[in-house]
Amino acid sequence: MNAATASSGQRHLTRSRKSRERELVTPEGLALPLTLASRGSRVGALVMDLVFLYFGTGLVLLAIVMTGINLFSKEDASSAVEALEVVLILLMFLSHYGYFLFFELGPRGATPGKRLLGIRVAARDGQRLTAEAVLARNLLRDIELFLPVQFLLYMAFAGVSSNGVMGWAAFVWLMIFLLFPVFNKDRMRAGDVISGTWVVEAPRVKLAQAMSTAPDRSRDYRFGDAELKVYGEHELQVLESVLRQDNPEAMREVMFAICRKIGWEAGGGYEREFLEAFYNALRGHLESGMRFGKRKADKFS
Amino acid sequence: MALNLFTRKTIEPIPAIEAASLRSDRFRLEREGDWRRLDEIVTALEKGRARRIADADLMELPVLYRKTASSLSVARETSLDAATLAYLEALVRRAWFQVYGPRVGLAGWARRFFGGGWSAAVRDLWLDICVALFVMVAGTVVGWLLVAQDDNWYYALVGGMDGGRGPSASREQLLETLEPVANAQGLAAFAAYLFSNNAGVCILAFAMGFAFGVPTLLLLVQNMALLGAMLYVFDQQGLLWPLSAWLSVHGTTELFAIMLSGAAGLHIGRAMVFPGQRTVLANAAAAGRRSAQVMAGCVVMLVIAGLLEGFVRQLVGTPETRATIGGVMLVFWLAYFILMPRRRDADEGIAR
Repeated sequence: MNAATASSGQRHLTRSRKSRERELVTPEGLALPLTLASRGSRVGALVMDLVFLYFGTGLVLLAIVMTGINLFSKEDASSAVEALEVVLILLMFLSHYGYFLFFELGPRGATPGKRLLGIRVAARDGQRLTAEAVLARNLLRDIELFLPVQFLLYMAFAGVSSNGVMGWAAFVWLMIFLLFPVFNKDRMRAGDVISGTWVVEAPRVKLAQAMSTAPDRSRDYRFGDAELKVYGEHELQVLESVLRQDNPEAMREVMFAICRKIGWEAGGGYEREFLEAFYNALRGHLESGMRFGKRKADKFS
Repeated sequence: MALNLFTRKTIEPIPAIEAASLRSDRFRLEREGDWRRLDEIVTALEKGRARRIADADLMELPVLYRKTASSLSVARETSLDAATLAYLEALVRRAWFQVYGPRVGLAGWARRFFGGGWSAAVRDLWLDICVALFVMVAGTVVGWLLVAQDDNWYYALVGGMDGGRGPSASREQLLETLEPVANAQGLAAFAAYLFSNNAGVCILAFAMGFAFGVPTLLLLVQNMALLGAMLYVFDQQGLLWPLSAWLSVHGTTELFAIMLSGAAGLHIGRAMVFPGQRTVLANAAAAGRRSAQVMAGCVVMLVIAGLLEGFVRQLVGTPETRATIGGVMLVFWLAYFILMPRRRDADEGIAR
């Protein structure tokens, strides 16, 4: 209702969301809106995944080393120690290359970190996500992540100057890969470019209550055409969210705003009843207009 | 609110359709049962519990998906209930990911991969393989020539870790490095180490292809110059044949894999520089998926190379046997890549 008073921060938020909206056309010809995952959530997911990965690997490593020490104390157990060594080497390889691959090949197309933040991998062209695509996007992680991070750690310890110009050149080169998602509008990293994928939001939404099942109050509150013409779809949806949040203070404020606008005398005590009645009347009004092909986006149109 | 804690888990009954005063809400209540059913099936699929879903439900999944998708398109034109629209959009999206999700499991994928998908992908990369092979041969020659000019190049190329195979080593010392070991102690760990090291290098060579393929070429030249330098040193003592046989046991497989990974890297680099008729992004994606198959194969080859290098080379003695094993492996790979026919459904994964 009072969209004009929305803070600039909120406006900025909606704009950044707008720029992330994409459309995917299903084989049924239905346009499904997709929202690309924000860079923040992708970094967050990555950090979580790395924590899981290194924590898990660390635990298994510890177990292997403990077993190895135990075996060493016994005599003539060198073949068992060697088997442990093999397991150790293969584990390091698999954790490095297999973790992301394994989870993204699953039915949810997401690593645990991604799943926690409600994002997943999807094919950019609307086709199915293939094993080859997941493979390709994860093979590039080496130069995008592991190599730059190793290099940065090395530089932090050894100092940049020890490498001179070559060190800086390598630094810039590696940063290009690390910062690749910042420089394209689809927020793709190099692996996404190669595999034809992107990362999208995949939230699980719960179905909220139907609004008009509340007791019918169209007899207590009668709204005329002139009163319903004031608002459009945007205001209706703001009203819906106010009703769903069920905050007495906000409902009171909104009721006063509406009454001022339509020239009614506002009385306290029955905010929810009034707003529900107004919501149903306004929605009925706007939806009947829709059926005749007339839509009203907001109060200004 | 306290009561809510306990009631939240129970499924709320759908209100009677007549209870709704708005037409669009009645539309919703009529279909809500189907939506909830689809929601349950999709949730189970996402959790990897496909087996627990009743057969009847699974059979009806496509129907429910289509019904819900059509509900969404009707609701978009008739309903202004933002919460319902958001729910439907999320549900249809999730169902879409499951209905059009990958259908083959690991076993099915492996059958398709070894049964023609891999060899077809390798054949698709023929031009890049030619380039990679040329660069590798050139790198070997360069290494040879450099060390032939000045022994110091050997140390610059190989570094300190030459395992006693430097230009200053005598003939006997060089021969000794090619000797088999007496027993198999420690060879398994050695093989595992070789595999993980080589696979890491191969994946790096592939990944660097993203920078238009240039670093991939440099990596190939550098690695092969090392080989050329070593060949020169052994040739000076007249040991070229024993060394070649010693290397060929695993080398034919390992160098083949390195060549393929280099070619795969070049392929994506080339796809981005010369996209042809398609957009850069579309071409890069197609090339990436094709090369990813080749790379998966490279890892398989390197497992075999690691075993050959770790066990067979260390246990088999004479140059003739070693060269025969290496030769057989080379012929096997060539035959497999050239002769294995493309499966009719093998392209599904990378088709547009």
